[in-house]
Amino acid sequence: MGATITEKILAVHSAREKVTPGDLVNCEIDTIMCHDVTTTPAIDMLEKYGIKDVCDPERIVIMPDHFVPNKDIKSAEMVAKIRRWAKAQNIRQFFDLGRHGVCHALLPEQGFVTPGKTIICGDSHTCTHGALGAFSTGVGSTDLAATLATGKLWFKVPESQRFIVSGHLPEGVYAKDIILQIIGQIGVDGALYKAMEFCGEVIDELSVEGRMTICNMAIEAGGKSGVINPDAKTLEYVRTRTDTKFTVYRSDADAQYAQTFEINVSDLEPVVAFPHLPGNVKPVRLAAGIPVDQAYLGSCTNGRIEDLRVAAQILKGRVVAVGTRMIVVPATTEIWKQANREGLLDIFMAAGATVSTPTCGACLGGHMGILAAGERCISSTNRNFVGRMGSPKSEVYLASPATVAASAMAGKIADPRQYL
Amino acid sequence: MEGNAHVYQNNHINTDEIIPARYLNCDQEAELAGHAMEDIDVDFLKKVKTGDFIVSGDDFGCGSSREHAVWALRGAGIRAVIANSFARIFYRNCINNGFPAIECPGAAQAIRDGDRLEIDLAAGQIVNLSQNQTVQFRPLPDFAREMIAAGGLMAQIKKELK
Repeated sequence: MGATITEKILAVHSAREKVTPGDLVNCEIDTIMCHDVTTTPAIDMLEKYGIKDVCDPERIVIMPDHFVPNKDIKSAEMVAKIRRWAKAQNIRQFFDLGRHGVCHALLPEQGFVTPGKTIICGDSHTCTHGALGAFSTGVGSTDLAATLATGKLWFKVPESQRFIVSGHLPEGVYAKDIILQIIGQIGVDGALYKAMEFCGEVIDELSVEGRMTICNMAIEAGGKSGVINPDAKTLEYVRTRTDTKFTVYRSDADAQYAQTFEINVSDLEPVVAFPHLPGNVKPVRLAAGIPVDQAYLGSCTNGRIEDLRVAAQILKGRVVAVGTRMIVVPATTEIWKQANREGLLDIFMAAGATVSTPTCGACLGGHMGILAAGERCISSTNRNFVGRMGSPKSEVYLASPATVAASAMAGKIADPRQYL
Repeated sequence: MEGNAHVYQNNHINTDEIIPARYLNCDQEAELAGHAMEDIDVDFLKKVKTGDFIVSGDDFGCGSSREHAVWALRGAGIRAVIANSFARIFYRNCINNGFPAIECPGAAQAIRDGDRLEIDLAAGQIVNLSQNQTVQFRPLPDFAREMIAAGGLMAQIKKELK
C-alpha cells in the first residue's frame, strides 16, 4: 500500500520507515516561523521554564506582521521584546519593518519554503505552505515554545482527503472561488483533523500563488494542513528563490484517502461567503446589490501580486463608488514595490482607493480599517466570524480580489465578470 | 471536578468570539479573562464562577490558533470545556496547557444551562447532578492525560531536557 505526501514527510521527519494515520509521532521541524502575537507568550514560557537557548537559530524565521507597524504601545512592546530575544539568541532571519510582510506571503517569497519540509508557526494559516509540497501547520504558543526549545513537535498523523479539481476554470472565476466552493460543500469542519490534498487539471494549471490561496484556507474547513504535490511550476518558483537542497515527495498512486471529492469547476460562478462563517457560500448573483461600506483587498489569502493585478485590471479608468471605502494592502514589501513598478498602485489611487503598507491589519480586526457597528465589508480575506474585522455588529462577506474590486466600484456586491 | 454548566448550543464557536483580536496586544491571563466571550455573551463574566464548565456544540474553538482563547477561559474561572467536538488547534492548546477539553457528542443537547456537573476525567464520566444522569465520554488518550498530569507540554519538555 502506498503513502500520501503527508505520510512520507512525517515518516522521514520522525525517523520511521512509514507512518499510518493515527500514529503519534515526534517530528523534527525544519522551519519555525514566529510572528508578533503568538511569539511573545512563547518567549515568556521559555523564560518561565528556564530554557535559555533555542534549538537552532538557523531554523527560526521572525516576521512580525499582525499589528505592524506597531498600532499602540502594547504591540510596540511585544515586537521590542521579540527583537531583544532574537538578538540574544543570534537569530539572523528577522524581517523587520522595511522588509516586512504578512508572514505566509513572505515566507515562501523569501525562499524559506521548499518541498518536503516541515514548517510550523503560531498561526492557523500556516497551512498555506503546503502549496509547495511541504507539511506545514498552525499551532499555539506552547507548541511554538516547545519547538523553539527542542526542534521537535508531537503530531498525530492525519488521514488525508483528496480533492480532485477538474474542468476548465471560467473567466472571472479564481482560486478563491474554488476553495470557498469546497468549504461551502464540505462545511467549516468538513476536513477536521485531516490533511487536504488538492490535485487535478485545474490545480495543475493554477499559478503557485493561486495554489497558496487554496491551501491557505484549508484551516477554514478544519484541516490540519493543505498540500499539493510539487510539479515543474513548484520547482521553478522555489529555485528562483533559494539554493538550498530539498527532497521532493509525492503521493503514491495507491495511497489511501479517507475521502475523495471530485469537483468540476467548468460551471462554477464567482462566489461569496455570507456572514458569519466561511462555509456560508453562495453564488455572487445571490448577494448582488447588497451595499458595502468597505472593500478590503489584502491578507495572506489574497494580497499577492497576481491578486493586485486582477483588481487593478477591473479598477483601471474607473472609480470606487461614493460612500464606499477601498483599502489595498499588498502582502509584502516586495509585492508593494512590484505593484508600484507595474503602475498598479497608481491605478488604485486614481480610482479613489487607499494603499497601505503590508500588514495583517484589518483582516483580523487589528488596525488600518476596522469596521463600525452596522458596517459591511466585502473582503478578499479568509474569515467572516462575528466581530472579525471590528464591531461585533459589523458584517464581512468573503470573495475573490476581482469580486472585491467590482463591488468597490459598484458600491454594492457585484459580479466581476461584467467588468472584465 | 464539580461546577455549573454554561451551555452554548451553537456550533463553530471560534477563537475570535472567545477572545477578540483587539485584545491580543496582551498575553496576561487575568487581563484576557476580562474580555472572554464578550462578543457573543456580554453577561458571561457575571455568570461564571471559578470551577465552572462551558458546554458547547460541534467544532468548538475553530479559527485562529491564538492560545489566548484557552487562557481567557481559564482566567475567567472555567475549569474544563465539554463539546460535541473540538477544532484541532484549540484542542492541542488545551492539552498543552493541561486544561481538559472533553469530547462528548450530544453534550450540548443533553446538558441544560445551569446544571450542576461532576466530572471524572480518568473514568470518562460526567455526572449531571441536576438531572440525576450519568454520561460517558471517551477518556482522553493516554499521552494527553500524561501531559495534563505533568502540568502541560512545557513542564514535560523541561523534564526531558534535564
